[in-house]
Amino acid sequence: MVIAWAIGSLLLLLVLVGSYRTLAAGHYTGGQWFDFVVFGLAQGGIYALIALGYTMVYGVLRMINFAHGEVFMSGAFSAFFLANALARRGFLASNPVLSLLVLMAFAALVSMTIAVILERVAYRPLRGAPRLVPLITAVGASFFLQYTFRGLFGSGVRVYPTVPLLEGAIFGIQTKLIVVFLGALATLGILWAFLTFTRTGLAIRAVAEDMEAAALMGVDVNRAISSTFAVGGAMAGVAGVLYALVFAQVQFFMGFLPGIKAFTSAVLGGIGNLPGAALGGLVLGLVESVGPSLFLDGLGIPAAHQLKDVIAFTILVLILIFRPTGILGERLGSRV
Amino acid sequence: MRRALTFGLIGSIVAWHLSLVGLVAAFAERWLIGQSLTFSYVVLLALILLVGYLTARRVSDWTGLAGAALAGLVVGLALWILALIVTEVNLRDAFVAASPSLAQILTFDRGVSVPSLAILLLIGAATGLIGGGIAWIPATGRRIVIGALSVTVLVGLLRDVLGPVLPPFLMRFLFSPGGGLSLPGAVIVLGLAIAIPVMRSGLRMQRVRQKGVLPARVLRRRRLALRALGVVFFVSFPLWAKLFLSNVADFVGLYILMGLGLNLVLGFAGLLDLGYVAFFAIGAYSMAVLTSPELGAFTLGFWTALPIAVAITVFSGILIGLPVLRMRGDYLAIATLGFGEIVRLLVLSDWLKPHLGGAQGVTRIARPVLGPFVIDRPQEYYYLILIGCGLGWFLSVRLRDSRIGRAWMAIREDEDVAQAMGINRVTAKLLAFATGASMGGLSGALFASLVNSVIPQSFSLLVSINVVALLVLGGIGSLPGVLVGALALVGLPELLREFQEYRLLVYGAVLIAMMIFRPAGLWPEETRVRELEEAAEEARETARTGVVAASQDGV
Repeated sequence: MVIAWAIGSLLLLLVLVGSYRTLAAGHYTGGQWFDFVVFGLAQGGIYALIALGYTMVYGVLRMINFAHGEVFMSGAFSAFFLANALARRGFLASNPVLSLLVLMAFAALVSMTIAVILERVAYRPLRGAPRLVPLITAVGASFFLQYTFRGLFGSGVRVYPTVPLLEGAIFGIQTKLIVVFLGALATLGILWAFLTFTRTGLAIRAVAEDMEAAALMGVDVNRAISSTFAVGGAMAGVAGVLYALVFAQVQFFMGFLPGIKAFTSAVLGGIGNLPGAALGGLVLGLVESVGPSLFLDGLGIPAAHQLKDVIAFTILVLILIFRPTGILGERLGSRV
Repeated sequence: MRRALTFGLIGSIVAWHLSLVGLVAAFAERWLIGQSLTFSYVVLLALILLVGYLTARRVSDWTGLAGAALAGLVVGLALWILALIVTEVNLRDAFVAASPSLAQILTFDRGVSVPSLAILLLIGAATGLIGGGIAWIPATGRRIVIGALSVTVLVGLLRDVLGPVLPPFLMRFLFSPGGGLSLPGAVIVLGLAIAIPVMRSGLRMQRVRQKGVLPARVLRRRRLALRALGVVFFVSFPLWAKLFLSNVADFVGLYILMGLGLNLVLGFAGLLDLGYVAFFAIGAYSMAVLTSPELGAFTLGFWTALPIAVAITVFSGILIGLPVLRMRGDYLAIATLGFGEIVRLLVLSDWLKPHLGGAQGVTRIARPVLGPFVIDRPQEYYYLILIGCGLGWFLSVRLRDSRIGRAWMAIREDEDVAQAMGINRVTAKLLAFATGASMGGLSGALFASLVNSVIPQSFSLLVSINVVALLVLGGIGSLPGVLVGALALVGLPELLREFQEYRLLVYGAVLIAMMIFRPAGLWPEETRVRELEEAAEEARETARTGVVAASQDGV
C-alpha cells in the first residue's frame, strides 16, 4: 500500500508541476482553454449518459455490463442509416429539430432492444453465478456484438450526414456542442423524472435497494431488471446520436473507448450512484479534454493529445485503487 | 406445437444472422464432400439439426418428431424468405453481405422460385426430423454419432493442411480433385470415426467383464505408452510438417504458453486479468530494446536478453500486481484492462518513440545462436517454443500440487476464509501475478525473436481476450484444457483463412455459450466439476428450503 501511495503522490506532483509549467509558459490563450472546456463538457455529457447505464445495472445486479459500450455503438450505427435516408430526402435540412428527435428515438429504440435481448440471453441464465462468470459472458457479448456489426455493415468508417442547422456558432461556441450538452442534460432530466414518478421507476429503485424484499412485496424482479436494461440502453442510444453529432462518424469498434470511459465515469462518481455517474461523466470529459494540454504539455511531452486515453485509463486505475467508492460514494441499494 | 414454432423462429433468427454477417457466403468456397456440399451448407444443416434436436428433446412421443420437422421447416422457409428479400430489395448499402451470391447459395442456384422453396422446405423438414431422431438415440450413441460427424467435417476442412503430410495415394483416395472429401473417402472417415469408439468401449466392457476392473499395472503401462507416443509426436512434428504447419504450431505454442501463464492467475488464483497482453508486450519489447541495433541502446545476444526480458516482466507483474491486489474480482478485471491499454498506448506514442520505436515498431531483433547454428526458421523455433511450453507445463503442474497452489485455490474459493486459515493473501496473489507474468513475458520474448520485429498493433486487447477465451473453452484451471483451447481457437483459424474474419465473433459466442451451457469447459479440471456439481446441488437445496420457508410464512 505504501508503494501505491508513493506512486499516487508522484503522479499528483507531476500533474501539478506540469500544470504550473504549462500555465507559466503561456502556450495557450484564454480562448483556447475555453474551447477545451466546452468540448470537454459536451463530451462529458455523452459519457454521463452512457455511464448511467453502467451504474443502473450495477445498482440492480452488482455486475459490470461490459457490453454496454456496444449497446451505445449499435444505437449510433443504426441511426446512421436513418440519418442518411433523411438527409437524402432533404428532411434533415428542412426539419432539423424533428429529424434529430426522430433519430434519437430510433437509436434509443434499437439500443434498448439490444440491451434487453442481451440481458435475456447472456445474463439472466447466469444470475446468482459467481461474480466472474457474468463478467466473462459480458466480454463475450461485447465482442459478439462488435463483430456482428462488422459483419453486417462492414468494417469501414461511415460518415454521418451533417445537420446544416448545427454548423455554426453561438457566442463563439460551436452550436452542435451546445445542442449535445443540452440534449444530454434534458435526457438526464427525463431519466430522473422516469425513475421518480413512474411505477416502473419505483420498481427499479426497489429492486436496487433489496432484490429479495422487493420480490416479497410483489415487484416482478425480472421485469424490473429488464426495464433497467431498457432504460440504460435507451440512454446509450441517445448518447450514440449525440456522439455522432460531435464526431460525425461511426464504426463498429467505436463503442469500446467511450464504453470504458463511461465505466470510469461511473466508478469516478461512485458506482450505483446516479448523480455520481452524471458528475463523473462531466469531470472525466473535462479532464480528458483539458488534461493533455494542461498536465502533459508542461512536462515537455511531445504530441500530448495522443495520451488523452492514457489519462482516462490512469484515472480509472487510480480511482479503483484509492477510492473505489468514488467521489460521491458508492450508494449501493440506497435511493437513486 | 408452440415449442416447435419458438425453436423454429429462434433458429431462423440465427440463420439470418449467419447469412447476413457474411459467414455463409464466406464458407461457400470451402468444399467438404466432392463439389456438392460446402461448409456453409454444413453450418446451416447443423443449425437445423440442433433446432430439431432441441425441439424433440424431453418429448418422448411422436409429436416431438413432428415438432422437430416443423421447426426445421420454419428455418427452411426463413432462409427462402431471406433469399427473396435479398434479390428483390437492394440492401447492399447497409448490409455488406446481402449480395446476389448469397441468394444463389441459399437457393442452390435455382433462383427464388417455387422449386427452390420446395427444396428448402423439404431439406429443412428432413434435417429437423433427423435432428429430432438424434434426440431419441441413447446418450452414449449420441455422443459417438456427433463426434463422428464432427471428425468427418474436420477432415474435410483440413484438406489443404493434410495434403503435404499424408502419402499421396491416400490423399488421392480420400479427397476428390479440386473439392473436399471424395464420396468413398467421406464414408470411410465417417465409418472409422464411428467404429473406433464403438470398438474401444466394447473392448473395455469385455475386459472389465473378464477381470472385474483393469489392473493398475495395465493402466500404468498404457499411460506410459501414451506419454511416449505424445513425446515422439511433438518432437518429430517439424520433421514431417512443412513450413506452414510449423508456423501455425509456433503461434499455437506461444498462445499455449500465455494460456498456461494466465491459467495460474485466473484458473488457480481466480483473478481475472483482462490486461494479460501487457506482459506479452513487455516481454516482446524488452527483447526488442535489448537486442535490436536499431534503437542502439543495447545490442545483447538472444540468450543474454531472454532471462533479462523475463525478469523485467516478472518485475512489472509485481508492480502491476501490488496496487490492484486489494480490489474485488470485477474491479480487478477492469483495472488490469486499463493497464494493458496504458502499456499499448504508451508504446504507440511519439513521446516514447526514441526508446520504443513508436508506431513503426522495432525490427532486426536478435535470433538465438547455438554454437555455429543460427535459429531462424519456424521449424527450429518450434523446438524453442516446445521447450518453453514444457517448462510452463512442468511449472504449472508442480505449482498446482504445491502448498502455494493450494493457497491459490483457497483464495479462489473464498478470500476471507483463506486468510483466516493463515494464508498470506498478498504474497500468494503476488506470486500468482509474477509467475503468470513470467510465462507471458517468455512468450512475448520468443514472439519478438520469431517474427523478428515488434509493432504496437500486435499487442491489442484482442490478445488478452483470445487468451481468456481459450482458457474458458478448455476449462478454467485445467492444463489439458489450455491445449484444447489453443488448438481450437488459435490453430483452427490460422489453418482456415476464411475463419480469420469471424474469429472474434466466434470467440464472443464461445464465451457466452460456454459460461451458460458448460462452465467447466471442454476438458475440465476434476475438482472444478465437483465444485460446480456441489454448487448446483446447493442451489437446488436452498431453492427447496426457500420455498418451504416461504410457504410456512404463508401459514
